Formats: sequence, C-alpha cells, structure tokens
Amino acid sequence: MKALHNLLDGLRPSFQEGGKLRRFWVVFDALETFAFTPGHVTHDGVHVRDGIDLKRTMFLVIVALLPALVFGTWNQGYQYHLSIGEADATLWENFAVGLWKVIPLIVVSYGVGLGIEFFFAGLRGHAINEGFLVSGMLIPLVMPVDVPLWMVAIAVAFAVVIAKEVFGGTGMNIINIALTARAFLFFAYPKQLSGEIWIHDIAASKAAGVAVDGYTGATALGHLANTVGKPMTDPEVTGIMSMFTDTGMFSFMNAFIGTIPGSIGETSALAILIGAAILIFTGIGSWKIMLSFLAGGLAMGAIFNGLALNAYMTLPPLHHIVLGGFMFGMVFMATDPVTASATETGKWIYGFFGGLFSILIRVFNPAYPEGVMMAILFMNVLAPLIDYYVIQASVNRRTKRVAARVSAA
Amino acid sequence: MPHTIRIRKGVDIRLAGAPSGAVRDAAPADVYAVQPPDFHGLVPRVMVKPGDRVTAGTTLFTDKTFERIAVTSPVSGTVRDVVRGEKRRVLSVEVTPDGAGTSHDFGALDPATADRGALLDRLLDSGCFAFIRTRPFDVVPDPTVVPRDIFISGYFSAPLAPSVAEVMAGRMDDFAAGAAALGRLSSSGRVHVGVRTGDSTFDAVPGIERTSFDGPHPAGNVGVQLHHVAPLAPGETVWTLHPEDVANYGRVLRTGHYVPTRVIGAGGSEHPAPGHLRTLVGARITTLTGGAAPSPDVRIISGDVLTGTRVGTDGYLGAFAHAVTLLPEGKAPKFLLTSGWLGAGFDKFSVSRAFPTWLMPSTKTWKLDTNTNGEERALVVTGQYEQVFPFDLFPQQLVKSIIAHDLDGMERLGILEVAPEDFALCEYVCTSKLAVQSIVRKGLDTVKQEIG
Repeated sequence: MKALHNLLDGLRPSFQEGGKLRRFWVVFDALETFAFTPGHVTHDGVHVRDGIDLKRTMFLVIVALLPALVFGTWNQGYQYHLSIGEADATLWENFAVGLWKVIPLIVVSYGVGLGIEFFFAGLRGHAINEGFLVSGMLIPLVMPVDVPLWMVAIAVAFAVVIAKEVFGGTGMNIINIALTARAFLFFAYPKQLSGEIWIHDIAASKAAGVAVDGYTGATALGHLANTVGKPMTDPEVTGIMSMFTDTGMFSFMNAFIGTIPGSIGETSALAILIGAAILIFTGIGSWKIMLSFLAGGLAMGAIFNGLALNAYMTLPPLHHIVLGGFMFGMVFMATDPVTASATETGKWIYGFFGGLFSILIRVFNPAYPEGVMMAILFMNVLAPLIDYYVIQASVNRRTKRVAARVSAA
Repeated sequence: MPHTIRIRKGVDIRLAGAPSGAVRDAAPADVYAVQPPDFHGLVPRVMVKPGDRVTAGTTLFTDKTFERIAVTSPVSGTVRDVVRGEKRRVLSVEVTPDGAGTSHDFGALDPATADRGALLDRLLDSGCFAFIRTRPFDVVPDPTVVPRDIFISGYFSAPLAPSVAEVMAGRMDDFAAGAAALGRLSSSGRVHVGVRTGDSTFDAVPGIERTSFDGPHPAGNVGVQLHHVAPLAPGETVWTLHPEDVANYGRVLRTGHYVPTRVIGAGGSEHPAPGHLRTLVGARITTLTGGAAPSPDVRIISGDVLTGTRVGTDGYLGAFAHAVTLLPEGKAPKFLLTSGWLGAGFDKFSVSRAFPTWLMPSTKTWKLDTNTNGEERALVVTGQYEQVFPFDLFPQQLVKSIIAHDLDGMERLGILEVAPEDFALCEYVCTSKLAVQSIVRKGLDTVKQEIG
C-alpha cells in the first residue's frame, strides 16, 4: 500500500493551491481520504479518539441495505418471469434480469448525486461528506423497476439540490433526501408512476400476449387503493381482497418473504429485518424509532381492523406492515438521524406518529397509496417541533426540581 | 454508609500502561514553572522578574481583576525567566530551585476556631485559592462571592488515573484541616466529597458529606457529582477542587508552609515505568516520563488523555494535572482495508459496536494512538453524546446552541452546570470529530462575558 500512498503523494502538488488541477482538490481529497484515513492527530482536547467515523457509519448502513438490495434484485427478475409464465426460471436467470434493471438505476443515482455533491463541495471549499453514499443507495431501492432513468436523474438532482444543498449540505437538511426524490417523482410524473412500471416489461408482455392473466403490474397497495369507496360486497372488491388471503398473491407469507411486485428494495420484510438487526446491533439505527414506528403502524392497523368500515380496513394490522414501503421506511428512512428527532424522548413520539400516519394515509387517501412516504416526510418536518417541546418540558422539570431544593434548604 | 448514586452513562477507556504500586519520589526537577494559562479566567500581573530570589510561597503573579488572588512559587530558588507569547501574553514563570527547600512561613491557623476572614486570607495569600474552580463557568472564582458549598471528587475515574488511596496516603490530617476550613468559607458549611463505592479513603474525615458513586467515567467528575447531589440554582455558585489541593491548603493551615505536592499517575502505553510519582506542581515533565527517549512518535501529555495538554520534552506539569501520559502518535495514514474505515478494527476501541471492541474481554487493555480516526464532518449522528453524558441535559443541542452563538439557548440547556471536562467523552465518541471541549469552553467564556 506504500506504493499507492506514494502515488497519491506525488499527485498532490498538482491539486494544491497553485497546481494545474486545483479546482479538483475536493475530488482528490475525497478519493485520498477514501483510500487512507489521514495521519491527522488530535490537537487540543482529547488525545485519543473513538475508532468510528462517518465513513464507517455510512458503510455499515450500506451493509444493512445489502440483504434488501440482493433480494430485491432477484425479486425483480422473479416477478418478470412470473408475469410471462416462466415461474421455473433459475436463480441466475432471475438475477440476470434484476441486475440488468438495477445496476443502471444505481449508476444513475450515484453518478448524478455525487456529481452534484462534488460540485457544491468544490464551490464551497468543503470536504465531501459521506452522506450521499447512503442516499444514493436508498434512491434506487425505492424506485419502481421500470422507471425511466432520465426521471431518476431529475429526481436525484432535485432531491440533492433542493432538499440538501440549499440547506447547507450533509447534516443540515430538514427532510430525507431519498424520500424527497421519491416524492418528487410521485408528484411530478403521476401518470408515468401509476402506470405499468412495477414489473419489468409488463406492458410489452401484455401487448405480445405472453403475460399471465391477472398480472396487472399493480402493487399490493395499488390494488387495495382500488377498493376504497366501494361496498365490501362489490365483486371487484372481493376479488382484490381474495389476493390477500393465505393462498392469494399478496398473502402474509408472500409479503413477508417479499415475492410480490413493488419498489426494488421494499418488498421483503425479512431482508429489511436483517438490515434492521445490523443497524440496531451496531447502534447506528435507532431502535427506539423502529420500535415505536412499528407500534404506531400496528396500533393504527388494529384500530381500523376493529372498526372494519370498509374492505381496506379489514386487513389485519400485521399484514398491513409487511405491505408496501412500511418496513423499508421504518428501518432506513425514518431512522435517518439528520431528519429524525434528535432527543431520545422525541424519537419515541416521532416514530410512533410516523407509523400511525403511514397506515392512516394509506387507508384514507387512495391518491397516496404509499402513505409511508408522506408520513415520514411529514414527521421530518415536525421533528424539530417535537424536540422543542421535549427540551422545554425537561427544562421546566429541571427548574422546578432546583426550585424545590432551594426552598427546602 | 454514604448515600450511593449509580451512574450508568459513560465509558471506561481501558488504556494500556495504568499506574500501579506504591508512591515513589520523582527526581527533583532542574526548573519548575507556573503557567498562567492553566488558571482559566485569571489575567496575570507578574510580581517578579528574572533573577529575583523566591521561596516556596512567594507570590509570582496575581490576578489583574481580583488582586487578592496570588499564584505562588512551588519551590525556593531564583526566577529564571518570564516566558511570553503572542501579544506579550505570559505563558510561564520559571523558577530554578536552589535545593534549600526553604518556604515562607504563613503561620499556623486552627480551622475550627480561626476567624473566617483569616482563613480566606490564608487561602488567598498562600496561593491555594488559585487551585479552586467555580461552577458556573469553571474558572478561578471571585473571592468576594461566598460559595453555596464545596464539592470535592475523591473518585478518580479518568483513563489511567492514579489511585485515590496512593495520592491521599498520609495526607488525611491535612485533608481534614483543609476541608474543615473550606466548609467555614461556604454559606451552607457543607463540604461534599464524592467517593467510589467501597472506597474507604475518606471514611475517617469528620464533618464532610460523603456520597458514593458507582459507575464508569465520568462518574468521578466533580460536575457530575454536583449535578446529582445538589444541582445549581440560578445565582448560586459552588467551589470545586481536587482533594490533593484541599490537603495542600490544610498543610498551610497546620504548619504555615506551602508545599504544592502532586502525586501523579505516570502511565500510558509508551511510558517505560508506569507508577505513582510524588513531585511538585510545575515540575519539568522529563522528571516524570521514566526516562523515555524524546521521540516525535511519542506524545507527552500533562494530564490525562481526555483533558490533558500536549507538552514537549521542555514542558512542565500543569497546575491541574494529576497524571502524565505517554501515547504513541498516530501520524501514519491508515489504508482503508487494513487499518482504515473498512478494516476489521481489532485494534480500535469503540463505544459503538461498529468495531469488534465488544467481542474483547473486559480485561483487555488497549494501545491507542493519537490519530483522529477520521475527518471532521457535519453533525449527522444523534444519541451518541447522550450515552456518555450522565447529566439530565441535552449535550448535542447544547453544543449546537454554542456553535450558533445562541446565548438564551445555552442557558436554557444548562451550560451553567457543566465544564469542558464533562464533555470530554462526548468529544471522544463524536463520529463527526468535533472539538467539543473547546466549543464548550468558548460557550462558557461567551456567557460569562455577556451575563457575568
């Protein structure tokens, strides 16, 4: 590794002040610190530092995302083969189709996002923060498989510039970047996004007559949204609800394992839970947010289930939380420390209402089948307010306690 | 049995090279230096010039604001130099000892019967007062303000700290006298001593209020103990000081002579002979490094690894340092796969479970270097400071309010209860590698300036 380090040392002068490539200093700095933790030593204050840094933290989030990424890649191939009636496609055939679709999404997401990051860092003379390493992986995982790449590029650019850079970059943003990208697509291209893009080439397969009957290419939540406003006995409604029975396409087991259509990374509750275990064990994701988010979702699901006013409400709470982006949002989006509540008490409140609103929006507003996205963005905006009241309550409690001690003395 | 308070938040960084064994006398130093910057908040007016003869207890400099506060010479000898830095700021007053060991006789005083004013005068004139810190602000106190009570931590919980029993061995009569006098200088008369659960060092001292603390560092920080025993109300002040300085004051009262003894913990993985060494405040650091060869790869710290000051081989033991620590410098770049951020990291001590620290037996000691292990970044992670900050306060929000210069916010969030040292572990664990202690110091200075 000495040779590599010597090479970097040799290149450094041309990137430094006065060198030909000084405009690209941030790029050089980013790559150098990527390869080598610099030999910087502590000055004032503590003389030893914990081993952890932002690179390690972000890297572990990527590790936690891997199960969902790998499963999602396979599942996109599997869904494609199912839709054309080739359920016996091999593991590798499924992966081949999945990789064919997923790799370009990842490349576009990182390419556009990091390009903008580098540009802004150069403009401001800042070092490049590692925040986008995670955002850039989250964005492809919340995309439908057939979303046009140019749309992804615009969504990433919008999210990075409007949700992050205008607020000052990493650590300063109010709302989650990956969710902003998803929300941007949802509102900017509603027609395209509600179309047949959830299963690879489903429209073409239908046109060619190879698609299996019943494969509409809609997600579970898309189907459920269609039941709203119709009586429970309507044949269309009963048809949809039959898909959610134990033998249906969207049975609890299928939704838990993840062999259903949906955004790339969101379908498998199991893969996401493995990621959650990694985040919780390493302490990088807040278990308080995840647990309270889950509790909020189950509570709202149970309330609806108890009321059972329409077909959507009859869905059991446990089934609710394995559908759509609920789990993915709970583990990877709601826990984003920059946009979540920063106080420990606030995390409980933030998570609980995030879960609650996810199910509420999903069931009450068929225009937003993906309630979790709206709920988390909403809670992102409320998080500073929650923290404000948590801190104020603590300050008041402390003042009272001290006053009591003084009057007792 | 004293009341026990269990501290759950915090961490003991188990460094290699802990001091152990009985106290040895360090070799006498060729130069002793008293350094005004150690006494935060004190603006020195130097009272001696090079060549002046001094004895132990002769005033070297006083405070320009509170002229009664004197800082005195630890030894008898000749003033060698008054070292000044930028803008003629006084960095140190150096004294070459004559070896005679003569000291000024202040005359003995009985702490129980002496006049309160006489006790305070003796505290100020002998130079012992300068070793007191006040909460709020963690500065040398205003001698005209009567403190609510006195807080002393008899639990040294910092990494590689010396043993309380060794430091206080043979000093308990001095300590009792000092504590009794200090109690009379406070309005409540209370002297709180925090001890480690099961430690009997202070059991025989009459008139003190003992509270035992059970838990990891920073449970031994006097600020933590104050916060849990009797938190400050607005307008109140308390004095905090180290038990050794209480004993040094007690000796002035009992014998009339000022001898600023320090029993330090000499340690760290690069220290050739870790142990307890007896010396005096301001001794040249090389008398305490066990003969380690000067090397750019070894850092000498006056104090512990969390709050100490980096000094060169020509440096001195700081006024508030109770340890001398030698650590390897971490100047070598670390390749990402072998020892950088992607490595397994078996050699890295981490409070998080992002490294396999948690796999190791709790008896393992660690050889940590001074590498920052990463670059300074924006604050991203939350909930991290809270794990090592045993106060009913919001550390990260407080740090942010200081960065944002939000005076009202700082006060609301409790800056008046804390000292920079209370944030040392926050700084240690910080993923974003912020200089948390110096941020807190800046905040305290700002608030003090604005509201007095």
